[in-house]
Parts: sequence; C-alpha cells; structure tokens
Amino acid sequence: MATDKPLTKNIEIGRAPFNFKQYEAAGGYESVRKVVTMAPGDVVNLVKDAGLGGRGGAGFNTGLKWSFVPAPDGGPRYLVINGDEMEPGTFKDRLLIEHDPHLLIEGMITTCFALQAQTGYIFLRGEYTVCEERLLTAIKEAYDNGMLGKNILGSGFDLDIYLHTSAGRYICGEETALINALEGKRANPRAKPPFPQVSGLWGRPTVVNNVETICNIPGIVNNGVKWYQGLGLGDFVGTRISGVSGRVKNPGCWEVPVGITFRQLLEDYAGGMQDGYELKAFLPGGGSTDFLMPEHLDLPMDPGAVQKAGSRLGTSLIMVLDDKTCPVGCIRNLIKFFAHESCGWCTPCRDGLPWTEQMLNKLEDGTGSLKDIEILKEMTGYMGIGNTFCALAPGAMEPLQSGLKYFIDEFEAHVEYGCSYSRQ
Amino acid sequence: MNNLIASTAIKARQLTEEEIHEIEHEKTHYPYTQAVGLEALKIVQKYQGWVSDESLLAVSEYLDIAPDELEGVATFFNMIFRRPVGKNVILLCDSVACWMLGCDNLKQHISNTLGIDYGETTKDGLFTLIPVPCLGACDKAPVMMVGRETYTNLSTNKIDQIIAHIRDGSPVELDN
Ligand SMILES: Cc1cc2nc3c(=O)[nH]c(=O)nc-3n(C[C@H](O)[C@H](O)[C@H](O)COP(=O)(O)O)c2cc1C
Ligand code: SF4
Repeated sequence: MATDKPLTKNIEIGRAPFNFKQYEAAGGYESVRKVVTMAPGDVVNLVKDAGLGGRGGAGFNTGLKWSFVPAPDGGPRYLVINGDEMEPGTFKDRLLIEHDPHLLIEGMITTCFALQAQTGYIFLRGEYTVCEERLLTAIKEAYDNGMLGKNILGSGFDLDIYLHTSAGRYICGEETALINALEGKRANPRAKPPFPQVSGLWGRPTVVNNVETICNIPGIVNNGVKWYQGLGLGDFVGTRISGVSGRVKNPGCWEVPVGITFRQLLEDYAGGMQDGYELKAFLPGGGSTDFLMPEHLDLPMDPGAVQKAGSRLGTSLIMVLDDKTCPVGCIRNLIKFFAHESCGWCTPCRDGLPWTEQMLNKLEDGTGSLKDIEILKEMTGYMGIGNTFCALAPGAMEPLQSGLKYFIDEFEAHVEYGCSYSRQ
Repeated sequence: MNNLIASTAIKARQLTEEEIHEIEHEKTHYPYTQAVGLEALKIVQKYQGWVSDESLLAVSEYLDIAPDELEGVATFFNMIFRRPVGKNVILLCDSVACWMLGCDNLKQHISNTLGIDYGETTKDGLFTLIPVPCLGACDKAPVMMVGRETYTNLSTNKIDQIIAHIRDGSPVELDN
C-alpha cells in the first residue's frame, strides 16, 4: 500500500537522514525511473489534476503555474527551489531538508524533466548550515549514482543541480527578489509581469517553487491523482507540514492530512497549552497573517476556509499568543522584524514600517496617545495591498490590522497605563 | 574606479590561493560571474572573519564587478560583515517565538556576562553579539547561533556553558 505520509515517511528525528542507498531501498528515486518514460506535458497535467497548491504561502496550483512556461526553444530554462524560510514562526522546510534531503533532489529531477529544464538551483538561507551540509552530500551522491549529470538513466535527459546559500535577508524569499539575488544583485523585487515562468533568471523561463511543494512531486508521480486526493480529509487534498510554536506543551511540526482543524493540530499534535496559560489568539501561518481567535479553532486548515475567516493559511505553521503575553508587544516585535527586513525599494514600506514601529514603541513605553492608534489604523491602509511594490508591507500589516480589531481595548489601555504585562 | 566606495579604501589586497580556489569552484555553477559576487564575499569572510575594503576591492577586481555594485550587495545582506567582528559571532534570535519565550532576558544575560551590547565585540576579540531575525527553529525557542552552530531551547545556564566551552576552547557539550 502506498504511504499516507509521503513527505515524512523517511524521517526519524534523532537518526541520520537516509543516504542514497538507504533512500533508494526505501523506494526512493522511483519517480525518476517512471517520469523519464512519460511525456513532459503529461507530468505537468498530472500535477495540475492532483490539485497540489504551492506551499510557499500563496497556495497557487503548482501544475497550472508550470503550464505557463513556454515551449522549449533550445535555450536554458530553470527550476529554482525557494528554501529561504525566514517568515517568523516558520520551520518546516528545515525539517524536510535536514532529515530527508534526497526527497527534495528527487522532486527536483522529476520537476525539471516535466519543465524540460536542465539546471536547478536550490536557494537556501545561509543560517541553515546543517541543511547545507546534508544537501551537498546528497547532491554528490545523486551525481555518483547517475541520477544527476548527463543522460540520466539512459533517457537522454541532462540535469545539473547547484546549491546557493544566501546571507540572511527575508525579502529574498519573494520569488522575483530571489531571482535578483541569485543573479548576484541587490535583492529588490521585480515588477510583474513578466512573470518568471516567461522571463526569470537571466531573462529565461524560470519556475520558483517552495521546498515542500517539490517534495510532494515524487509521491504524485508514483501513486497518481486519486491517491493524492485521498490523502486529505473529505474534499481536501493531500498532506502538508503544519506546526505550532509558542506556549504549548509539545511545539513542533508534523505531516498532517489537509483539512484537519486548528483545534486538532493544537490539541492532538501540540498537546494543548502549557499549564497556567490560556490561548488568547493565534497567527495561522506565519508572521504576515491576520490573527484568528479561539472561536476559529474549529475551522479546517485550508486556504479557502481561513480566508473566509479573514486571514490566510500562509505557511500553516501556527503561532499561539497566550494570555500572559502582551498583544501590542507581540505586534511590535513582528513590525520590528518587517521594518528591519524591508528592502527599501518603495517609500510606503521603507518609511512607513519604521514609523509604525516607533508608534508601537511609544505605546509599549506608556508614552503613546489615542492619536497614535488612529495613525496605526491609517498605516494599515497606506501599506495595504496595491500600495506597495511587493507583498512584504501588506503582509506586515496583517497582524497589525487584525490586532487593532481584536485587541483595541488593550491598545487603548496602553495609552492610559502603558504595558501592564511582564514576561516571565 | 576605486574611489567610488568608502574613502578608507586603500587598495585591493591579494586574494589567497584558497580563496581563489573556492571562488573558481563557485564560478562553475553560474553562467555569469556577477552571480558569484555574494558567494565570493562569503568565502572571503570565512577566511578573514569580515569583509574589509581591501577584500571588497580584491573581489571586485577578480570578478570584474564594479566596486560600488559589489558594495551594494555586501551591505544588503545581514550576514556579510563590513566591520571587524570577534572570533565567535553570537547571533541571538529576537523574532516573535523567541521573544515570547524570553530572548530579552537572555540578551541581558549575555550582555552582563560579556560586557557587550548588540553590535559590540569583547575586548579580547572573542565574541561579537548581533540580533538575528527568525532562525527557523521556533519550536525550540529561544535559539541562537554561534558561528555555524545552532543552539536551541536556551536558558541562561545553557548560555553560560556554551560561553565557557568556547572560552577554554573545548567542544561544546551541553548537559541541558
Ligand atoms: C516577502 C516575501 C517573502 C517570502 N518568503 C518565502 C520563503 O521564504 N519561502 C517560500 O517558499 N516562499 C516565500 N514567499 C513566496 C514566494 O514569493 C513564492 O510565492 C513561492 O516561493 C512560490 O512557491 P510555491 O508556488 O511552491 O508556493 C515569500 C513572499 C514574499 C512576498
Ligand atoms: S514593499 Fe517593502 S520589501 Fe517590497 S519592494 Fe517595497 S520596500 Fe521592498
């Protein structure tokens, strides 16, 4: 029987990741053997029909995204893996790469065949040093065993994969900024269109996909659409890595069927809140998503359902805000991150985020005014979607705007009394 | 060209054989040399500890990238140090999960123990303390890196052990 945990079936925390031989013995690289006998367009359609959505945060149908790549013209085409993972509260790609690097390589080979791309880059954040070492080993093993290089498995298909390690900058995770970074430029985002699928790395067709997205490809190719769709609960398809951080008993991340509720993740996987702490609110998928409240716990962890509740599923790693932590302080911390990581390209974000941070500092220090709260509300409009060059600033506004909605009393209390929480 | 960057720049130094060897290896990964700029800066930093003006000019000349353009890349990234740092750079995560679990107290503890604030280096040149955005280990917060090592589930006690081991040059083994 095919596995129901295609992303983590080889993962056992505490033991070294599988080497090439062990990985192959566990059924690894099967999708490469299969895919080279298929027509590339059929692979694209298979992934499209499976309904796999991108795991980088936006959730766009992966096969559909691939289908925008123009027909081969003899020139280079690229697959770029987004392993920048710097969204606050997100730690899933680290798990996948550290504990099963060959799964990503296998997914890349299969994907590159579908795209007829002969070069793949892995863009990894520089701080993931263990991932770096394990990927370099896995790539070398794949070359040594004929899975990379010229004429893979006698199919006539050639592929090279290179690892690029970055040097710490959140904006590099935005796919067009990532492409600039890979070209050796300052990582400011590019205007879209043209989309990278048409004109990306060095002006050539390029697909940028998240690590977890590509780790799904071998399973889909091996086991098909029906199997993949059956992994989710009810009408939901597939599995995904979801996790919890904050004051819960057992923080971590796990492969779960798409469609389980936030409550199930929080209680069954993360063991519930730590003793003495109560759940006040939670960020459903990283620092750039709107807060949800305890009344939302029974929603399924699905992009559509979360959107209806006024937030985004994002990276599906939830962060809990407990009753002993100041929501204003929490939002200030998030805004400080985004202000620091703004690439400086457009004015509302470059100037607006530090200004927002200062006002939150004043509130925390007890020197804020009601007027500051009004300005904070206006800021969420100035930096809203459509008013900035990329999605960083609108993302930064999400926890702020929802915080102002759900915790307005606490913001106002800060004007009168300053911050009344003390941590630890 | 050379007067385009910081006025303290004197002239390019000679890149070492190891540096050149590693830069040449990276070159084979990209069709254009500009793409190697960041990698080359990281290689130089690995051997020299930081990227001095002389190093920046050396990379600029070696890869034929304008110095101001390379400076634009160097200053863009958090982890390229354009000022001297200590032998061990402590990167303390100050993002949201670590903040909730008390990284402010840990920062205070490190500052008290080593006598340095963020951005400063101890007199003996052993440690520099820098805040770092989310290290992607939020389930094991609070977290920091020292050099290439990541330390998780930190407490003041654990930090004392790490500092002590680094000070006397013994491998860092923690008894939790
Ligand atoms: C500011 C910003 C940061 C991002 N960071 C990441 C990241 O670290 N990893 C990632 O996969 N996607 C990130 N994204 C999303 C990417 O732009 C892109 O949508 C994604 O890599 C596409 O892959 P997918 O279709 O497989 O999800 C970020 C987007 C923005 C606006
Ligand atoms: S919104 Fe911020 S990160 Fe995005 S382009 Fe503008 S300044 Fe850069």
